Amino acid sequence: MGRKPYLRPLGALLMAALPFLISGCSSALMDPKGQVGEEQRVLIITAFALMLIVVIPVIVMTLLFAFRYRESNPDAAYKPDWGHSKAIEVVVWLIPCVIIVVLAILTWVTSHSLDPMKPIDAENEQNALEIQAVSLDWKWLFIYPEQRLASVNEVAFPANRPVHFRISSGSVMNSFWIPALGTQIYAMAGMDSNLHLIANEQGTYPGRSTNYSGAGFSGMTFDALALSEPEFERWVDEVNSSDQTLSFEDGYKELAQPSQSVPVQYYSDVSPDLYRNILNSFREGKPDEHSTTEHSVPMSAETAE
Amino acid sequence: MFGKLSLEAIPYHEPIVMSVAVVMAIVGAYIVGWITFNKKWIYLWKEWITSVDHKKLGIMYFLVALVMLIRGFSDAIMMRTQQAMAAGGAEGYLPPEHYDQIFTAHGVIMIFFVAMPMVIGLMNLVVPLQIGARDVAFPFLNNLSFWLFAAGVVLVNISLVVGEFAKTGWLAYAPLSESTYSPGVGVDYWIWALQISGVGTTLTGINFFVTIMKMRTKGMTLFRMPIFTWTSLVANGLIIASFPILTATIAMLTLDRYLDFHFFTNDLGGNMMMYVNLIWAWGHPEVYILILPAFGVFSEVIATFAKKRLFGYHTMVWATVAIGLLSFMVWLHHFFTMGAGANVNAFFGIMTMIIAVPTGVKIFNWLFTMFRGRLEFTSPVLWTLGFIITFTLGGMTGVMLAVPAANFVLHNSLFVIAHFHNVIIGGVVFGSLAGYTFWFPKAFGFTLNEKWGKRSFWCWIIGFYLAFTPLYILSFYGAVRRMQSYPNADWQPLMIVAWVGAVFILAGILCTAIQLYVSIRDRKARADVTGDPWNGRTLEWSTSSPPPHYNFAHLPVVNSIDNFWEEKQRRGGQALPGNPEQTEYQDIHMPRNTVAGPVIGAFSIVLGFALVWHIWWLAGASALGIFVSFIMRVFNDDIDYHVPADEVRQTETEHYQQVQMQA
Amino acid sequence: MTTDTMTNQPGIMRTDEEHADTTGMKTYGFWIYLMSDLIIFGCLFATYGVLHNNTAGGPSGKDLFELKFVLGETFLLLFSSFTYGLAMLAMHRDRLGQLMGWLIATFVLGAGFVGMELYEFHHLISEGYGPDRSGFLSSFFALVGTHGLHVSFGLLWMLIMLIQLPIKGLTDKTRPRILCLSLFWHFLDIVWICVFTFVYLMGVL
Repeated sequence: MGRKPYLRPLGALLMAALPFLISGCSSALMDPKGQVGEEQRVLIITAFALMLIVVIPVIVMTLLFAFRYRESNPDAAYKPDWGHSKAIEVVVWLIPCVIIVVLAILTWVTSHSLDPMKPIDAENEQNALEIQAVSLDWKWLFIYPEQRLASVNEVAFPANRPVHFRISSGSVMNSFWIPALGTQIYAMAGMDSNLHLIANEQGTYPGRSTNYSGAGFSGMTFDALALSEPEFERWVDEVNSSDQTLSFEDGYKELAQPSQSVPVQYYSDVSPDLYRNILNSFREGKPDEHSTTEHSVPMSAETAE
Repeated sequence: MFGKLSLEAIPYHEPIVMSVAVVMAIVGAYIVGWITFNKKWIYLWKEWITSVDHKKLGIMYFLVALVMLIRGFSDAIMMRTQQAMAAGGAEGYLPPEHYDQIFTAHGVIMIFFVAMPMVIGLMNLVVPLQIGARDVAFPFLNNLSFWLFAAGVVLVNISLVVGEFAKTGWLAYAPLSESTYSPGVGVDYWIWALQISGVGTTLTGINFFVTIMKMRTKGMTLFRMPIFTWTSLVANGLIIASFPILTATIAMLTLDRYLDFHFFTNDLGGNMMMYVNLIWAWGHPEVYILILPAFGVFSEVIATFAKKRLFGYHTMVWATVAIGLLSFMVWLHHFFTMGAGANVNAFFGIMTMIIAVPTGVKIFNWLFTMFRGRLEFTSPVLWTLGFIITFTLGGMTGVMLAVPAANFVLHNSLFVIAHFHNVIIGGVVFGSLAGYTFWFPKAFGFTLNEKWGKRSFWCWIIGFYLAFTPLYILSFYGAVRRMQSYPNADWQPLMIVAWVGAVFILAGILCTAIQLYVSIRDRKARADVTGDPWNGRTLEWSTSSPPPHYNFAHLPVVNSIDNFWEEKQRRGGQALPGNPEQTEYQDIHMPRNTVAGPVIGAFSIVLGFALVWHIWWLAGASALGIFVSFIMRVFNDDIDYHVPADEVRQTETEHYQQVQMQA
Repeated sequence: MTTDTMTNQPGIMRTDEEHADTTGMKTYGFWIYLMSDLIIFGCLFATYGVLHNNTAGGPSGKDLFELKFVLGETFLLLFSSFTYGLAMLAMHRDRLGQLMGWLIATFVLGAGFVGMELYEFHHLISEGYGPDRSGFLSSFFALVGTHGLHVSFGLLWMLIMLIQLPIKGLTDKTRPRILCLSLFWHFLDIVWICVFTFVYLMGVL
């Protein structure tokens, strides 16, 4: 060590990084706080383990073959014209095929069970709290249509109660993500996307946009507060006591102006049409202005290609 | 008069940009001075710039790629430095408007101006030789392709000092890239650099596809083609089918920006999701355009240095074709989170996984090529072994990303960054460097220094794992791509480890540079007169190094896949040339050099620049220049000539004597 | 240099000059080019398919298209394909004069087509229905305009051939050009039939 002093800081650095490796289980994805995230954790680990069935033998074989059949090893067999073996070929096609079939089934099942558009509790769908999330340059606006309130860069909801996010954008494309809870979904102007999440533990979870959206992107973070029911009531009261109000005509345009690292703001008496108005502002002049529900499922590849 | 261009376009206030500009100016002046001092301009013009020789074009592609690798890597290390600094509220040293340009430029440069020219350069150098042809199908177009590509390179570099580059990410997603949200000239530079070089790439695709289909030598059926030629054929097929999509998509974005169309705008009936779909319908095949030829390189390298027939040739071919076809059916996996619905997502997820099957088979085939071989640990073999392990891991994380429900938490995170560097560095870069070492003696007649080549490999592979393993880990903590700064100070140690990894890669690049220097210095000692330094298997090794401009005095005839190697076995392991004095030669029909290619390329630079800055008269003038150059080319019938048989005999005799002397 | 280790040996077969089928190679290459061009049109068609209802309160195809006028355009182009076919026949019979004559006829018909299209575009734009009005009109102008640009380029090519042919005559350099232009011209015809069907006919119905 003494002869290579530069190794010491590197070693120290690796030591500092080590807790991460060991406590990988405490990361947002490996220690999720909601049902969706938990299922995704299991899925990631399952897929990873399945693939290790091939990956580990490949790595071992690479090293083994390269070492055994090195030029300087006269003991190893040498068959320069051997280039075909039906048995080996069948096996090397079969093994990946089998694993991919298993993975494909897993994919099909989880694509449906973890469909972000699927309500968490289908039987009591109306029990879910609806929150409309709008990405702006460069902050998040959360609208609570039932409570008629809104907040910027902070979203709160009761733990253990399904939340139905409706996601759109007042600007370019962003992506709405609370890592500890699971799935992210794009926020796109004029589009109304649905995302159903639930927090099964109380806590404050960082959330952010994951899709690069310009200069203020790095600061497009917010806190997601998973509260107990009484705490949530108190939060609602607090927001309601704000003397700022918000509607599309009054206040939204100013809010939508580009700004960076915006502090948390609360709005009371928010117009229940705000979200629809934001959506419609991008569909201006379209004949089907009244029927927003038709567009509630985001259009995608089927129609575009 | 000058459109949007004014002196304010030069970023005087940016010390980093200005110092880079100064360095570039000094280096440029030095090179120009050196060429002038040595009176090499005419030589350059006659032998290189106007050349239609596929070997020289291949060398030029690779040279540009190496230069741009330095540019792209500078961006990379600046990004890593920024992220190593900007934790927990710190802002680092790059403000967002600068950082955003850097990661955009890094992606664009590495894909379009490093990986593509490396792969196309190798194809140019090798494919005609491997199929026993004297040139490509359309030699003039080949030269033109290069200069259109070079025009794109020049435009990207101009953007560094005049104006700005795009701040949109390498694919310039709309509506961020629309004039509403990106009013500057950055996106316009992106548009014209890619559009012009993209046309060149499409022409290359057509050219090589026709070359391989129509110009194979006698006896070389499709299933006797070397694997590198096969992978090139499929890659060029992909170019032909996918680059038009890029052209159309960029054209639509151009109309949006320049003429107020509404394809991808937020308002008036535009649809930005269409942009994302179209750009990935090109973008996914694009990665296979890069990786397939790299697969070809590894196949050639491993068979040559294991001194053994490639295992499962037919399987390799079908796997390549299958990957090529499947690559068009998976584009949606780049945006599962758009919300297409469970059925669509599952379909594209499963299609993506299916690609893992032929790819996995290829990996096993390489393994079984080593099996019962005599593996020589040269640096190309090290790159190959490094590739097999690294690419397998990258494939694994790729399949994890392909599961839509898992993708919902991995998308846009550093996991994606780590994954595609895992496959692109481990696959394309390692493949290109393996190919570079492998075919360098063919291009120049002397081998590269092994010691520095191996050092380069170890630096790259250690650097790669140091740089990207932390990113995999951080992604589980919610770290996403393209962050100029991040609030979480806990991430900093791992970001610093990643930075150390980048420094190792820098050392790898330096080793490659030193390798080139010492090899050129020792070229006399490293000379290879036989033309076959590795005891090769395919036709390119049957001619001299560097090959004469006509490649083969007589077109070879082949009867099997490894014809040349088998021929050598039959003759006691050596392939000595016959005595030219006892041989008959014929005149050889060859294409003449072209002035039109570089001239059109130069006009394209002006055209692109004028369009970026809305200097309409200049755009019109340069477009007219392109048109007139083209017409002059069309009216010129003196485009080919015959190399007299005596000249061929003389060339062959010279070489024969050299080989005899050596022996 | 030993380019001959394979062939310059006793007992090994040797080929002579490479096949000089440059015409075949050029047409093959041009075919491949056409296929890649077709993909550009495919993208534009797909775009039109996605955007054709996004009229943003503006007019739809039903309000704008005049089928009779477009039918006239269509016949001009179809007929020009026929005259080009006659030009090809003349070339195969080595009749330069006839070839030029039919090329001129094709040129006139093609120019008529482009003229009508320009008139249509001018008319739409002056009514306020330019490509900046809506996503639908953007995709319409892009698709039809790209086809029109191709036809115009074909006309330019024809013009160049009309200058080149009297100078150079029918040589192995000019013949493949006439042949490739023929492929190009028929290709544009087929694309136009798709445009006519999917854009105009289905737009009006």
